[in-house]
Amino acid sequence: MMRLAALLAAVLSLGAAPEPAPVALDALLADTPAPSLDTYRLFTDQGARAPNAGLTPYALNTPLFSDHSEKSRFLFLPPGTQATYAATGAFAFPVGATLVKTFAYPADLRKPGDRVRLIETRLMIHKPQGWVALTYVWNPEQTQAVLKRAGARLPVSVIDHAGKPLTIDYAVPNTNQCKECHSLSGELAPIGPKARNLNGDLAYGPRRENQLAHWTRAGLLTGAPDPRIAPRTAIWNDAAEPLADRARAYLDGNCGHCHNPEGMASNSGLFLHLEETDPAKLGVRRRPVAAGRGSGGLEFDIDPGRPETSILLHRMKSREPGVMMPELGRSLVDEDGVALVADYLRSLPASR
Amino acid sequence: MAASNQFVLACVLAGALASSAQAATLRVAPGADAQERVQSALLDAKPGDTVALDAGTFAFTDGLSLDVDSVTVTGAGQGKTVLSFAGQKGAGEGLLITSDGVTVRDLTLQDSKGDGIKSKGADRISFVSVTVEWTGGPKETNGAYGVYPVASTNVLIDKVTVRGASDAGIYVGQSKNIIVRNSRAEFNVAGIEIENSTDADVFDNVATHNTGGILVFDLPGLPVMGGHSTRIFRNQVVDNDTANFAPKGNIVANVPVGVGVMLMANRDVHVFDNDISGNQTSAVMLVSFSRSFDDKSYNPLPRDIVVRDNRLGRNGWLPGLPGGKMLAAATGGSLPPILWDGVTTYAGYGGPAPRLYLKDGPVLNLNLPKAGEVEAAKPTVTASLGSPGLPERAAVVLPADQDKPAK
Repeated sequence: MMRLAALLAAVLSLGAAPEPAPVALDALLADTPAPSLDTYRLFTDQGARAPNAGLTPYALNTPLFSDHSEKSRFLFLPPGTQATYAATGAFAFPVGATLVKTFAYPADLRKPGDRVRLIETRLMIHKPQGWVALTYVWNPEQTQAVLKRAGARLPVSVIDHAGKPLTIDYAVPNTNQCKECHSLSGELAPIGPKARNLNGDLAYGPRRENQLAHWTRAGLLTGAPDPRIAPRTAIWNDAAEPLADRARAYLDGNCGHCHNPEGMASNSGLFLHLEETDPAKLGVRRRPVAAGRGSGGLEFDIDPGRPETSILLHRMKSREPGVMMPELGRSLVDEDGVALVADYLRSLPASR
Repeated sequence: MAASNQFVLACVLAGALASSAQAATLRVAPGADAQERVQSALLDAKPGDTVALDAGTFAFTDGLSLDVDSVTVTGAGQGKTVLSFAGQKGAGEGLLITSDGVTVRDLTLQDSKGDGIKSKGADRISFVSVTVEWTGGPKETNGAYGVYPVASTNVLIDKVTVRGASDAGIYVGQSKNIIVRNSRAEFNVAGIEIENSTDADVFDNVATHNTGGILVFDLPGLPVMGGHSTRIFRNQVVDNDTANFAPKGNIVANVPVGVGVMLMANRDVHVFDNDISGNQTSAVMLVSFSRSFDDKSYNPLPRDIVVRDNRLGRNGWLPGLPGGKMLAAATGGSLPPILWDGVTTYAGYGGPAPRLYLKDGPVLNLNLPKAGEVEAAKPTVTASLGSPGLPERAAVVLPADQDKPAK
């Protein structure tokens, strides 16, 4: 009798598709990171395509170039908690908040979303004592992502935008390298979810909505003004936006996380974050301090009107460690970014 | 009951004492996957631990980094444990340190693509018995700095050797309370450079076969400015004769070959009791910063400088300065060993002329009306220049746990 009842119960529950277990907040907040990503139950499927309840997708107006990888981002907030709006810098997030970012490649860069291989999923977890960064690398079978703290090089073969085979020497960062970009005065901190990066539309199912408005409406964010009066980073590859805004947005997203007064490159005195307004600090006719061979024999970080004699562009065009900038996060040259910044440098008046 | 409670307490205490006193050693051997094994040890180390790298050559594919306080990274000795970055594919330096109280010692680091060992914002940082070298000799494509602490308080560089850096072998930037001693810098563009830094003692070092031996500079437009109070003493600054191989654009690309000690735009620098010889341009050169600058807080003049009681050998016979040959001919075939550009003012400055006491001589004063205007020079030579009385800073003392007195 008992057996029959159990069987019946099992059959009934199959038909009703059980609620998936919620995100494992205890695992996120545990002292020791989980060896495998699935422990956190951030996704309800094995291949990390279906976010669990409590995860909200987001996108940045102008993201970092990461060797042409596709990046998907989610914010997890513990039930009943909210982020607090800030006009500058990242929002204030409650303990337990987790930023989830997966790096992936389609087999053919011309067909985004098609035959996608997941490479790594990075987490930034807000623990009571501060933020912690973790990286999980996907297995070739795409069934499991395991913790990788010391970094790795993974060869990734794709068809490039011109239809040619391309092998990317993809670098998974080590935990310290996460902090080289994600740092404010030596402490690990989120850098993406700022008002100005999120002030743009995103598709939520069939409808598009401004992310600040959506987060506010969904109860994820408190204190945000109307998006029309909130700061906004330009979209770097939207030709409809002014050239200077697009280029400054690109430099902010690709350089400004280190090159700011509280960042890893503060000692250079070259500041490329969007809030900087002093042309000398932005590199205009600025001489290098510790560039070494990164100077390429050139005199100025930005030689206004002359991209070909600007160190900044020289280092963007390099793939050599010790010369290339950013130092981390890419092994390829972002040709579109180089073209944009070259146009911008050319547009700057040559005389002061 | 009470007895058992006491027992428990004793155990807890013993446990606590054991865990705080028990610094672990994380030992790593050379071999396959060195990158991951060494980096893992640098991540796993707890404050107080030692990461010990066995003798042999470790080949790395990327930069290494350490962000845990109070960790010692040690090898089996200079030339015995070799960290090779010849196959490095990423990162701007071989080893990056961003935590406080770290010591790196007894190892050799080779052929990093950028800088050798960099520490940023790392207080109480020590480099002891470390060699950093580029094995292909002086080359423009070598990394900029060998040992490179920047933005640090309490820096110890002891028994370090650097060769081949395309900027400065030993470079301390934007830092405070610094000792560089018992070290050797050779075949670099600048041997030892103290820049935008305060309170530095540089002594008992050998700077040889560089373009310039020992440099003390201050540059405009940096987060930390106004460097001052450096003492350079008991060093061998000899035969700095390597042609300048710095990539253009860098400030040291302007250092003429054969300068013993070069002081620029810094204050309160005392140079004494050194052996300075075999430098074809100058034994000691005092110059003002001659490039344009916007920085209102910047003083481009060397000032409050004392050069005394050094043993000067043959210097200045073939000065690598514009018009240097003519100058040398005019001053008897060789430049006087001590050279001052003679600049006493700059745009927007109304203060008194810099105070100098150049006891050693003869002194060549170029009397330039403005920084860099060499064509307007009105050279004069005097046996010495200035008068004594400039105060000398007391010896730099590091925290006792960083710089243990010799037994």
